[in-house]
Amino acid sequence: MSSTAGNLLALEGVHTHIGAYHILHGVDLAVPRGQLTMLLGRNGAGKTTTLRTIMGLWHASQGRVRFGEKEITAQHTPQIAGLGIAYVPENMGIFSDLTVKENMLLAARGAKSAQQIDDTRLKWIFKLFPAVEKFWNHPAGKLSGGQKQMLAVSRAIVEPRELLIIDEPSKGLAPVMINNMIDAFAELKRSGVTILLVEQNINFAQRLGDTVAVMDNGRVVHAGSMAEFSADAQLQQSLLGLAL
Amino acid sequence: MKLEFDWRPLLLAPILALVALPLTGSFSTWLTLTVAGLAMGMIIFIIASGLTLVFGLMDVLNFGHGVFIALGAFVASSVLGLMGDWTGSGELWRNLVAVFPAMLAAMAVAGAIGFAFERFIVRPVYGQHLKQILITMGGMIIGEELIKVIWGPAQIPLPLPDALRGSLLVGDAAISKYRLLAVAVGVVVFGVLAWTLGRTKIGLLIRAGVQDREMVESLGYRIGRLFVGVFVVGSALAGLGGVMWGLFQQNLVPQMGAQVNVLIFIVIIIGGLGSTGGALIGALLVGLMTNYIGFLLPTLTQFASIFLMVAVLLWRPQGVYPVANR
Repeated sequence: MSSTAGNLLALEGVHTHIGAYHILHGVDLAVPRGQLTMLLGRNGAGKTTTLRTIMGLWHASQGRVRFGEKEITAQHTPQIAGLGIAYVPENMGIFSDLTVKENMLLAARGAKSAQQIDDTRLKWIFKLFPAVEKFWNHPAGKLSGGQKQMLAVSRAIVEPRELLIIDEPSKGLAPVMINNMIDAFAELKRSGVTILLVEQNINFAQRLGDTVAVMDNGRVVHAGSMAEFSADAQLQQSLLGLAL
Repeated sequence: MKLEFDWRPLLLAPILALVALPLTGSFSTWLTLTVAGLAMGMIIFIIASGLTLVFGLMDVLNFGHGVFIALGAFVASSVLGLMGDWTGSGELWRNLVAVFPAMLAAMAVAGAIGFAFERFIVRPVYGQHLKQILITMGGMIIGEELIKVIWGPAQIPLPLPDALRGSLLVGDAAISKYRLLAVAVGVVVFGVLAWTLGRTKIGLLIRAGVQDREMVESLGYRIGRLFVGVFVVGSALAGLGGVMWGLFQQNLVPQMGAQVNVLIFIVIIIGGLGSTGGALIGALLVGLMTNYIGFLLPTLTQFASIFLMVAVLLWRPQGVYPVANR
């Protein structure tokens, strides 16, 4: 699979080893520009490892990762982030001892102080996630799980990025928070940003995904449109063990 | 949501001082011991502050930190030796004109050696604690031997500049002038560190990196460069601390860094790894405790700090101001 003008991110035959363990066994994945790609799969399928490999937190032992026309396989994490990729890990990566404001300031690489963060962008984020504004000067560690998740996503979008990579944003959230998160991601989609999203919440996946890739045993076993995948109950059952 | 600040550790030093007051027998004695303890504590804080950031941010067990203390002290002795006219003057400003360049020279040399130490000794063993302990202790031994080669193996006297000798009388209490200077320098260092860590983006990066290095990198920052910077600053602070400690003791031996190494680790454990505020509280407690016990029960002086550490850890197993996510 080669990177085409339509794909912002492409993985070609990617293998990843963590110590002695061979986790990814030749992952081929394409993330179309301007769309939201869901990465689904059972626990242990290799979804998080795929995201971490893209971000350079673990290096591919074989294969290639391309971002646009640039090969990023061997690059280090700060360089990859500097290309315009924002990453929200499964544990959210919030700096608990810092305030919400300080968390956001860190993510705004171009700003030396909070006053230098783009005001228009900040207002847009506050509209998406009112809790970020409400608890602006509070220690991030004191936020609830859902509020931390909102902060984690807010950090990822505080400056324009080409690609957002997000690992299980709905994990541990109450249903009403999940609905809020879905609305926020729908708004992000409308803004034109490309998103690669790992999720276990099927409702989340179905409502937001444009394209879908399903992983199993360290490989992508199915890729295609979310609409077609949603309509094929037998395929869902065989790949995920349940129907959407 | 209420903003809560954990104020209880701030009371530890005042409580210790108040407990010691009736035991010392007289207010003037207590005052002298307390100022001596605070001065000693401030010097230890200067040395320990860099180490706690190195340990907290880089997860590096640098048992070679003592070599920068010794190096700073010996460099200062050379500088002060060249400025005999200034140190021999009875005017305070002339003495300070000699002492401050000595401090700056000590910090510059210790920082430069720290840069090389990180590059060639520490960097190859990131993430390997046992190897870090062994190799940094080896680095310290080599450093001590090099100090002997340059300055000789014998003890070198480091007298206080003229105007800094003696004491000020506060009622019946004799307060050493130099110890007041040590407290002032410590306060300035703490202020600069607190401002840097709390008000600048570099400080934000350091505080964030102490919690989650990987996330800092994922935000696009090259934490490796930050490591080097923190190590260099930590080494420079140890050099400054060495100058203060050398003038405090008024004589230098090449092993002086190793002699305070254990004390420094006790301080950062009491304070909580990676916590500058915690290091200050730990250092003040150690300074006060050492002076009070040294007066009341001299045979137990060596163990005073260890008893203190055990007591604090029984109350707070991760130190008085633990950094989250460690």
